[in-house]
Amino acid sequence: MGHFMIQRSINYVINLVKGLWSLIIGLSITGEFFVRRKVTVHYPRQVVPKEASESFRGPIELVGSVKDPSVPRCISCMMCVTACPSGCIKVVKNKAPKLTPEEEARYAEAEARGEKVKRPSAPKNPAVYEYDFTYCSLCACCIEACPVDSIRFSNELYLAGTSRDDFKYDLISRLERKAKEDPKAASELLPGPRGPKKMVAAEAAASSENASEVSA
Amino acid sequence: MEILSFWTIVQLVLALVAILIFISGNAIILVWMERKIAGYIQRRPGPVEVGPEGILQCVADAVKLLSKQILKPTHADSLLYWLGPILIFFAVPLIFMVIPFSPFFTAYEVDLGILLILAFSGINVLSVLVAGWSSNNKYSLYGAARSVSMSVSFEIPLLLAVLAIAFQTGTLNLSTIVAKQGGWPWQWNIFVQPLAFFIYFVCAMAETNRAPFDLGESESELTAGFHTEYSGMGFALFFLAEYANMVVVCCVATALFLGGWNGPFLDGFWWFLAKAYGLLIVMMWIRWTYPRMRFDMILNLNWKWLLPLGALNLLGTAFVLKLIETPCIKEFLEGWGIL
Repeated sequence: MGHFMIQRSINYVINLVKGLWSLIIGLSITGEFFVRRKVTVHYPRQVVPKEASESFRGPIELVGSVKDPSVPRCISCMMCVTACPSGCIKVVKNKAPKLTPEEEARYAEAEARGEKVKRPSAPKNPAVYEYDFTYCSLCACCIEACPVDSIRFSNELYLAGTSRDDFKYDLISRLERKAKEDPKAASELLPGPRGPKKMVAAEAAASSENASEVSA
Repeated sequence: MEILSFWTIVQLVLALVAILIFISGNAIILVWMERKIAGYIQRRPGPVEVGPEGILQCVADAVKLLSKQILKPTHADSLLYWLGPILIFFAVPLIFMVIPFSPFFTAYEVDLGILLILAFSGINVLSVLVAGWSSNNKYSLYGAARSVSMSVSFEIPLLLAVLAIAFQTGTLNLSTIVAKQGGWPWQWNIFVQPLAFFIYFVCAMAETNRAPFDLGESESELTAGFHTEYSGMGFALFFLAEYANMVVVCCVATALFLGGWNGPFLDGFWWFLAKAYGLLIVMMWIRWTYPRMRFDMILNLNWKWLLPLGALNLLGTAFVLKLIETPCIKEFLEGWGIL
């Protein structure tokens, strides 16, 4: 019993000394931080370097196709609109080009001859792609749902506006603008957290399409 | 009863004005220092926009506080509610009166200086209680109850630590205590009484409601504790008093333990201020290092550690003093040139 008590009191004192020592360690850590370089970026005068903003998941943007970066990969399938829990995406499909009367007559004639006629179908890319960032929760459901990897998070850090309308983006014109600046960046899916999970498949499909066109 | 002469009254009034200027100027500098230290410890620059290195930020904040509406919660006790902030600031200038910044810069020399400081700092506790009680808000009441129970219990080891110095020097006059110490660190009281200094410093942090003992405020649980309901200048007075009290405890520690105005060369109030500010920086450093302790842990620290240690320290001091006054031992020590 006595032995046990002695053991306990020794442990108590050891723990006390350890505790006091840990306090000094704590002070030395904050003291070290005190003299270290500061990491704040003074925004209006400095901006975050590009490498630092690359992993930022800002408002979504469209990805350009490989052939023409100013045209989105989008096939207007409406999956993103369906997937979006906040309903902040609006997509309008392109209509088939209107035929002139002469063309219409030519097609009708050919049909009457019994030929198999293929009238020009609507282009797949959307006519309107509007995105209301004020409602977006950045949940990435649209990105997950997109079958052709046409949506990705942009890394736009400095978002500020004076009205709500500043955050209603027309993503198609935005893509055109970006493609003009840097065609490569506009059409590539960045590796990393934005995950080009379906990129390989999409790329393969695109190349096989090209191949079939060439053979035709 | 001694009647104060005309010149004494003039001197006191001048001192009071100087002290009030000193307190408000100090508060501005200390708030700036606190924010800078907090920032630097968290690897950010702290205030930088208003004035050079942000030093005028606190002036801007003060102007904002002055211009804010002063509100009183419904069903709050009007008299006590307004008494709280006044009362907490009321004792502070009085305490500064007896602090010996230098032989010349002592507003009013009293033989019972320490006693006066300890007595009037008790008003602090009362005003916190009054403010928390009268606010008609559960957070305020909780904050006040915590703060009061902590302050009251931490006052005891603080007194014991101060008493050890009083035993050693045989006086309660702060100027005499300072005069008995020398300029170099090994001539200071902290060299003889390190434990008393440690106890004093821990208790001082608790008395001023500073982290890790900021139970009275505990932002994470009680919004702002006892001053939750105060806005504008009511809050500003509490804020000012907190920083003024920090200066008070650091000044007293400087006088009692760190040799006051004595320095290795050129004795003067600059040494006093430098030492006091050094202690204030340590207090801020501690605040931004340690998290807030749980209530029972704080009281355990007080009742189980600081109080017995303080009592033992006092007993030890008394014993040693008695011992070296014994004629034969005194002769022996004098023979060896120690006394």
